[in-house]
Amino acid sequence: MMMRANGAGSTPVIRIEGLRKDYVMGAEVVHALRGVDLVVERNEYVAVMGPSGSGKSTLMNLLGCLDTPTAGEYWLNGERVSDRSDDELARIRNREIGFVFQTFNLLPRATALHNVELPLIYAGVGAKERRRRAEEMLERVGLGSRMHHRPSELSGGQRQRVAIARALVNEPALLLADEPTGNLDTQTGEEIMALFEELHRQGQTIVLVTHEHDIAAHAHRIITLRDGLIESDVRRTAVPA
Amino acid sequence: MQIREGIRLALAQVRAQKLKSFFAVVGVIIGVMFLITVVSVIEGMNRYMEEDFARRIHGLNTLTLRRTPSVQVNPSEEMRRQWRRRPRLTLEDADAIRSQLTVPALVAVQSDAGGRVKADDTGVEVENVWITAASEEYFRIREYTVARGRLFGTPEARAGANVVVLGYDAAEKLFGTLDPIGRTVRIGGFPYQVVGVLTKQGTLFGISLDNRAIAPARSQISRIAMPRGYVNEILIRVPDPDLLRRAELEVEAIMRVRHRLRPSEPNSFEIETAEDSLSFWTRISRILLIAFPGLVAIALVVGGIVIMNIMLVSVAERTREIGIRKAVGARRRDILLQVLVESAVLSGTGAAIGIAVGNVLAQIVAAVSPLPAAIAPHWMLVAVLLGAGVGIIAGIYPAARAARLDPVVALRQE
Repeated sequence: MMMRANGAGSTPVIRIEGLRKDYVMGAEVVHALRGVDLVVERNEYVAVMGPSGSGKSTLMNLLGCLDTPTAGEYWLNGERVSDRSDDELARIRNREIGFVFQTFNLLPRATALHNVELPLIYAGVGAKERRRRAEEMLERVGLGSRMHHRPSELSGGQRQRVAIARALVNEPALLLADEPTGNLDTQTGEEIMALFEELHRQGQTIVLVTHEHDIAAHAHRIITLRDGLIESDVRRTAVPA
Repeated sequence: MQIREGIRLALAQVRAQKLKSFFAVVGVIIGVMFLITVVSVIEGMNRYMEEDFARRIHGLNTLTLRRTPSVQVNPSEEMRRQWRRRPRLTLEDADAIRSQLTVPALVAVQSDAGGRVKADDTGVEVENVWITAASEEYFRIREYTVARGRLFGTPEARAGANVVVLGYDAAEKLFGTLDPIGRTVRIGGFPYQVVGVLTKQGTLFGISLDNRAIAPARSQISRIAMPRGYVNEILIRVPDPDLLRRAELEVEAIMRVRHRLRPSEPNSFEIETAEDSLSFWTRISRILLIAFPGLVAIALVVGGIVIMNIMLVSVAERTREIGIRKAVGARRRDILLQVLVESAVLSGTGAAIGIAVGNVLAQIVAAVSPLPAAIAPHWMLVAVLLGAGVGIIAGIYPAARAARLDPVVALRQE
């Protein structure tokens, strides 16, 4: 992956203004987000925290273009994405966003290599190029020797590495991770967090949703949500060891 | 490239769930199997009719003059009455045609009946022998040759001598290992001397063409088939197919004069060619080919409904997979295409199995029944397209549902 420009005055990766999301649950309307403003610059490493019901999953879905807001604006990498159609959002997810989920979300019957190739298939990349880039990405996450294994033949940490390789293979502007260590033991979790740290050092913009303080501590900026609003936004200068 | 990816994926899916896939396409398999079996038999019949039947029954370049048509589907009472009023054909009619035709031709008379034949020396009696009273030209028109002995000739035919040429099977049944030549058989009680045995002719629809006895038309047995002096058929063979039409017109003119028909009156006889009896078959096969697809269509509709349900289940089971695909950038049409291709591949696989089973079935039918069968390549293509088409149509609804899935909801699915 190429280093992204990190100069002052460049477009922020995320800029949201007055973002609201309401869900209709039967007769009741749930206000999951009540007007969130947020700017994430290039190469930031942000953790989003908050108790369950605070709106962090909703924010994650909106940031990931999996869902559209009820009101408010969202610019991703300079492009206004808050009012796009399903298929346009699919294209944006494909090009600009890499997802890492708590439950890995790999295709169970596909090999690690094929799982990593998946975003490239939908991007319309040719078979040869696809394979080359997927192999390269798996090498980078340290799975060069397990490319042809299926998820069931891999450990949890290895599965998450495959998922990270898949998330990064299209060189997205934003890496979105939702509780990436939630299904891993502490040791493996630390290894994954070290990988995130490495990716950040190489210039990747990362937004991490977690409820664990230990995990959030790896980030350089911690945003805490409560009742659909940002409660605190703390920047740290020192990088934890 | 997307489609190739889809086909690869679909084949993997079919392989992963062989039994379920099989049950999903059982309807398509059955439909296609019947289609191929019946079409193969019809195709086989077509070829048989054109190559064998027409030549054997009517002979090459041969006109058959008859009092009534040899094959008629559902004649009306009025038609039957009219046929009964027609005069019978006579030996004199044959002589007249022979002498008056300007086209070079062989003319023979022929009357057929079934009956018993008994061999004096062995005491064996054979039932249901095809007995023919014919003139000597009959052998040349039918291109019959002897395996043993000789055919009867003009003097014997003129004189109505009690001589007989036996079919291969008839001779074998009557005399076993004995040489039949010169021995006596009784046909309708009259003693006949065997002068020859025909070469083997084989079977037609499972009926032996060799269980027969052929004697001169003017001999005593002519009465078995027709009253004395009358004949069933007059055969006219021309040396060249181009002369058939001319011969037909001449025979028609000769017979109209002999029957004293006024110009306004219709023919009181039938002149048939091989094409006429084929047209009868063509009509039957056309009816079959129209009625049959209805049955196939029912099987395919049922098959399609089953596939649709299986695909709905499959989509529901793979909600999460669809969510993952959408999350990494699959558009609606990508998911739609994937499900449609899978459905088409599933159904197409079923069609392929149906074709294989249908062909085997057709060969079995051909082996155990007198019906012939021939492989029909263009019908196989039709079957594959039909199978894939059923799959695509059956896949539309499940595919649309899959494509519309909300990725957030789909990803939450366990």
